[in-house]
Amino acid sequence: MATTIKLTVNGAPQTLQVEDPNMPLLYALRDELGLHGFHFGCGLAQCGACTVHYYGEALRSCVMPVSAVAGAEIVTLEGLGTPEKPHPLQQAFIAEQAAQCGYCINGMIMQAAAFLKTTKRPTEDQVRQALAGNLCKCGTHVRIIRAVMRAAEQMA
Amino acid sequence: MLESPIARRALLKAGGALVVSFGFVPRVADAQAATPGAKTVSADEVGGFIAIDSVGQVTLYSGKVELGTGALTALTQIVAEELSVAFARVKTIQGDTMLTPDQGPTYASLSIQNGGMQIRRAAATARDALLEQAAGRLGVAKTELVARDGGVALRDGSRALTYSELLGGRQLAMKLNPAAPLKDPKDFTIVGTPVPRLDIPAKIFGQFEFVQDIKRPGMLHARVVHPAGIKATLLSFSDGACRKIPGYVRAVRKGNFLAVVATSEWAAIRASTTIVAKWSDWAGLPEQSQLYEYVRRSKIDRSEVMQAAGDSSTAMKAGGRTLQASYELAMNTHGSIGPSCAVAEFAGGRLTVWTPSQASHLLRVQLATMLALKPENVRCIYVEGAGCYGRNGADDCSSEAALIAHQIGKPVRLQWMRADEHGWDPKGPPMVLDYRASIDDAGRIAAWESDVFMPERPMKRSGATLLAATLADLPKYGPSHPGNPNPGIGIPYALAHNKLTAHWLLDTPLPAAWIRAPARMQNTFGNECFLDEIAAATRVDPFEMRVRHLADPRGLELIERLRQFAKWQPRGATPRDAGQLARGRGVSYCKYELVRTYVGVVADVAVDRKSGQIKVERVWVVHDCGQIINPDGLRNQIEGNVVQTVSRSLIEELTFSRSAVTSLNWGSYPILTFPDVPQIQIDLVDRPAEVPWGAGEPTTSVIPSAIANAVFDATGARLRSVPFRPPTVLAALAAVPRS
Repeated sequence: MATTIKLTVNGAPQTLQVEDPNMPLLYALRDELGLHGFHFGCGLAQCGACTVHYYGEALRSCVMPVSAVAGAEIVTLEGLGTPEKPHPLQQAFIAEQAAQCGYCINGMIMQAAAFLKTTKRPTEDQVRQALAGNLCKCGTHVRIIRAVMRAAEQMA
Repeated sequence: MLESPIARRALLKAGGALVVSFGFVPRVADAQAATPGAKTVSADEVGGFIAIDSVGQVTLYSGKVELGTGALTALTQIVAEELSVAFARVKTIQGDTMLTPDQGPTYASLSIQNGGMQIRRAAATARDALLEQAAGRLGVAKTELVARDGGVALRDGSRALTYSELLGGRQLAMKLNPAAPLKDPKDFTIVGTPVPRLDIPAKIFGQFEFVQDIKRPGMLHARVVHPAGIKATLLSFSDGACRKIPGYVRAVRKGNFLAVVATSEWAAIRASTTIVAKWSDWAGLPEQSQLYEYVRRSKIDRSEVMQAAGDSSTAMKAGGRTLQASYELAMNTHGSIGPSCAVAEFAGGRLTVWTPSQASHLLRVQLATMLALKPENVRCIYVEGAGCYGRNGADDCSSEAALIAHQIGKPVRLQWMRADEHGWDPKGPPMVLDYRASIDDAGRIAAWESDVFMPERPMKRSGATLLAATLADLPKYGPSHPGNPNPGIGIPYALAHNKLTAHWLLDTPLPAAWIRAPARMQNTFGNECFLDEIAAATRVDPFEMRVRHLADPRGLELIERLRQFAKWQPRGATPRDAGQLARGRGVSYCKYELVRTYVGVVADVAVDRKSGQIKVERVWVVHDCGQIINPDGLRNQIEGNVVQTVSRSLIEELTFSRSAVTSLNWGSYPILTFPDVPQIQIDLVDRPAEVPWGAGEPTTSVIPSAIANAVFDATGARLRSVPFRPPTVLAALAAVPRS
């Protein structure tokens, strides 16, 4: 028996029919709504590749049951900014060429976007701490830090 | 599928000006329309690599693929440069067995050095042929013509023909001409510049299509249920409870291969945890605590002298002091952030696999062998996955997707879970290295000998074959190898008496494959640490030690440049930090495989004597890979090498029980995180007139040794076992003789 779940995703209301209310939000967004700016990385909330915004806060969609966020406002990387209207972080990540494989990069951008809302003009150390729970195996960290610092400067 | 040019527009601020670059990375579906045999994939033919259409759009068909290294952008630069067309006029298709030549797997830091030079040669041949044609058409001598802006023009610009006009719809049907003149590097405007990466904007806006994002009509989702023990046998299974899961389709079993298939991804995941499988007990792995003894006891297939000079055994006995040390390095997983994924379809006797494999041409033959298909009935299409750093689980996952599709006859997407990737990607094997040196009365190295113990090449017994073929006991293609450790594992120094003996082992605990700088990182660790030990024992500054024994002018230049760049000061009699936090610096140098890229690093570390924690604060890199194609891409690669290998040096270590891998996620296999990432200073040596060499691996080679040497400088403790986790560090600190 399918459950109906309503969400606002990237500003648009969505009604989902889900078979299992415990299904993580990740699969609802990827497989039901066809979004893919965020990725399955670990399924354990350890790496951050799946991060989306839940009322503006960073949320790991791989472990959050879709029923637990019913009615919520969700924003994904696709909704954070677009090539026409990029978020300052997206501009900064491109300017700093802050990606290698880019699989994890959604997590860094979404985590940093939530962080910069509450912390203006962070120090480099604060940026490092803010991203401490986001994993990158390519070793793009120094560029990611530079990109977040650049965006912070622009947003301040 | 519709192109979305805006998604590919790289908005980049460079030098204050807004630069808009229209690069093209075609979406996966763009390549679908191709008909078999319509295009040559011969690596001898210009048309294998390059096509120019009727509106002047150039297509590069690259057998080397983008693994997140920036290689595709660099290869595109090479083609645009050599053909004298705007960078934005070149689009690329990569790693498609039906469309791109077999340029070998994308590994070993060879994408530019080999793949790029093949492609440059193809473009140079095309340009020369087009100049020739234009000379005929315009009735002038070839020398009066220049190639520019996608066409050929008279030098005075009075007349011009575009490449499309010259080709008139024909293909570039000609053999690669080794004698075709190459563009003079003095005239380069694209190669050597920091062109922004083609793929980055789409990745930043969430529009990029990774292999994990592919959808096919009627596609089902699968998950595999890997054995409880590496070589356990599937005794029985029951999927009765799975049938209650909405969307569950069926189980697929072949031998010890077990998978579940469902209409949705979540249903497949639920089924994979609901199915009940009974496995035989298997406990064939060594005790983890006995790993290095296991390596030493492993049966040696043969011993091979890989480097020799003079008569080391006589010189070793000729008196003076003898030093010896042994080094060991743990097993690593590749640790791709995105677990492997593949999509496979089997219909009408033909198999198509969308794969993140770094070796789509090899995979095609392996899959054809496994499923008893003709290679021409198998097509592998490369699609980017997460960074792989070598032969990770990509090929295995692809083989499993192919096996499922072959069994059920429907399109299927298989993504591994985190525990599959950590547990089942083939591992970087453990290695042990023994060193001896004789020091004469003047403090010089009279003789140097080393013995290294590592899995044989190729790995007849223990190498990574396709996992599906192993589990389902299907035919396997060819022996594998752990990364072709070659004669370049020797030392880059000119010693009168030197001998390196490799002992090729028949077994290694877990299926093994190459991880970034395979064997080179391990050997360089031994080489550069032991040299540092000799330097300390003879009271010679580590830089001075290297300068004394280097005969290679380019290597000497690099070492001197590094000494200046890092503002190295000999420690001399300067006492070590006496407090809890001890700071030190270490140097390491290598000439990759003894024949190419030169790299030297200085690592600045802080060691907490109480906790045993090492913090790598800063790494200084001087890097000479000859001609630089894209300096920003090169820096990105070097930075990645540094950070990833600091992680491997300090933290990463596979754990296992007697049955299976136990470090199955980022909690049990932690990696370096943002707070602990060092500052990185890079000095690039650019040699536009030289050939370009690889940069994907060389810097990895020197990192563990630079850190260990820095720890010695800081504390007097020698770290001889990688990784340098706190217990290892504390034990080494405790072993330091009190002065």
